[in-house]
Amino acid sequence: MANEKQLALVIDLNVCVGCHACVTSCKEWNTSGWAGPLPDQDAYGADPNGVFFNRVQTFECGTFPNTETVHFPKSCLHCEDPPCVPVCPTGASYKRESDGIVLVDYDKCIGCKYCSWNCPYGAREFDEVTGVMKKCTLCVDRITDETLPPDRRKPACVLACPPGARLFGDIKDPESEVSKAIRDNGGYQLMPEAGTNPANHYLPRRKTPSVVHEDQLQRADNPLSREAEPPKFGGPTIDDASQW
Amino acid sequence: MRPAFSVLFLTTLIGAGQGLLIALVCGQLFLVVGTGDASLSGGFYAMGSLLALVLLALGLLASFFHLANPTRAWRAATQWRTSWLSREVIALPAVMGMAVLYGGLHALGWDGALMHFANGKSLDLTMAVGFVTVLACLALFLCTGMIYACVKFIREWHSVWTVINYTLMGLASGFVLAAAYAASLGAVVTGLYAGTALVLIVLALAGRAVSLWRNARLKPLATLKGAIGAPHQNIRQVTQGFNGKSFNTKEFFHGKSPETVRMLTTFFLACGFAAPFVLVALGMGSAAVLWLAVMVQYVGLLAERWVFFAQGNHVQNLYYQRKA
Ligand code: SF4
Ligand code: SF4
Repeated sequence: MANEKQLALVIDLNVCVGCHACVTSCKEWNTSGWAGPLPDQDAYGADPNGVFFNRVQTFECGTFPNTETVHFPKSCLHCEDPPCVPVCPTGASYKRESDGIVLVDYDKCIGCKYCSWNCPYGAREFDEVTGVMKKCTLCVDRITDETLPPDRRKPACVLACPPGARLFGDIKDPESEVSKAIRDNGGYQLMPEAGTNPANHYLPRRKTPSVVHEDQLQRADNPLSREAEPPKFGGPTIDDASQW
Repeated sequence: MRPAFSVLFLTTLIGAGQGLLIALVCGQLFLVVGTGDASLSGGFYAMGSLLALVLLALGLLASFFHLANPTRAWRAATQWRTSWLSREVIALPAVMGMAVLYGGLHALGWDGALMHFANGKSLDLTMAVGFVTVLACLALFLCTGMIYACVKFIREWHSVWTVINYTLMGLASGFVLAAAYAASLGAVVTGLYAGTALVLIVLALAGRAVSLWRNARLKPLATLKGAIGAPHQNIRQVTQGFNGKSFNTKEFFHGKSPETVRMLTTFFLACGFAAPFVLVALGMGSAAVLWLAVMVQYVGLLAERWVFFAQGNHVQNLYYQRKA
């Protein structure tokens, strides 16, 4: 499946702070939108269970004390070779030719869950209340809504992300923001050994070193006397002179 | 993976049904090509086919309990070009149809010769239909096995042994059932069925042992390093992002201890293979003992299917290691 156009998210792990704003905005938009509902069961009880299209996980990498914390948002990657699609017995799961978005037709899905077995990322979540399989739609109902101003035609998670870790666009267009970000910042795909060719890419953590030289600690250009108490003059100063 | 009882019943019941149908056709072929004059009434095959049909229908019924929207199940036949699940959805009713045809022709006694051979034998209509029935049963075994074998993200299943074992275990249970059925009616093929059942039980045990051995030595398909793409050797999950449950934490984990899986493995090896072998071998000809073998083996094979699911470790589980 080689699409001319392939919409995707590019998620910058160097920017993500793990605040879950994308998780909640996704749920808020989609549970009441075209792809909804995203039901919760026993939401306030002891054993809550619910459907989300997007999850933020946290990992610790390295060995103490040289560790780093990676916040890792995870949703459907809209794979270019989606293994979840051909296995669906009903044709409910499909990949749109026009823009490469992988969707589920809720009117056809019989809830056999076979597609979820064939996604290596655990991106599909079954809705036990309506009995159909659900997953990220890239907010297909927002991004195609021409009544919205063009700069708002983006997935809810992208608009919500406070530090701007999430980019959205067409990865087949070499001049798009996402293509440039992938090119310039070493964007990569998850689990290449799975052979799924995910459309979503991640930008790696980057080291931001700051070299501090000795002379920067000692303010050589700034004599100590300037930082000390100003000298007391007996008579009027120039300030006094200027304030009458 | 979480073993779903609907699927455990589906696969074991239709396996036995297909095995029984194949046994019936083998019995007929054996008597036709044999030198003796022995033969069986059409009623024997018709009743046997009915029994197989009941098993297949019960399996089909069980499969509906697996679907959240069973009223749309007909749609599942549409994607046979790409989906093994869809192919099974077509093959199962096809086998049921062949069982009706094969049993029905025998019951009605519509058994004209289609072809005569030089040695005085002939190819009868029921025999020809029987051959097609066997092909349909084998196709269904292939579809059922491939549903699991083609899931490449569950390494334990992604193997030709999955298909081989589904077939062998189905055949073994079908032939034990056929032996019990034939013994109850005092049919001449009892010995043939019981003898073949013994061979099949040993073959099925060997195949299952190979897959157990293989599963114990599997290398994981992926590691956390590739899963999140961080260039570190040492990665730990701090949180999966939520404290409650989700589909991912329910569908892909069996939730039982490794001891339970080990215990059930021993149980199915004893109950699904060793015990029926002993019962069939010692009880040659005794219908009561053979029926006991059928029941013991069925319980054993249910446990086998449970372990088959429980041992399937999906790649996505990498992402769901800690709640925190
Ligand atoms: S991430 Fe999973 S659900 Fe999404 S397209 Fe890829 S395989 Fe399918
Ligand atoms: S759960 Fe629905 S979308 Fe998934 S394979 Fe089954 S019918 Fe297709």
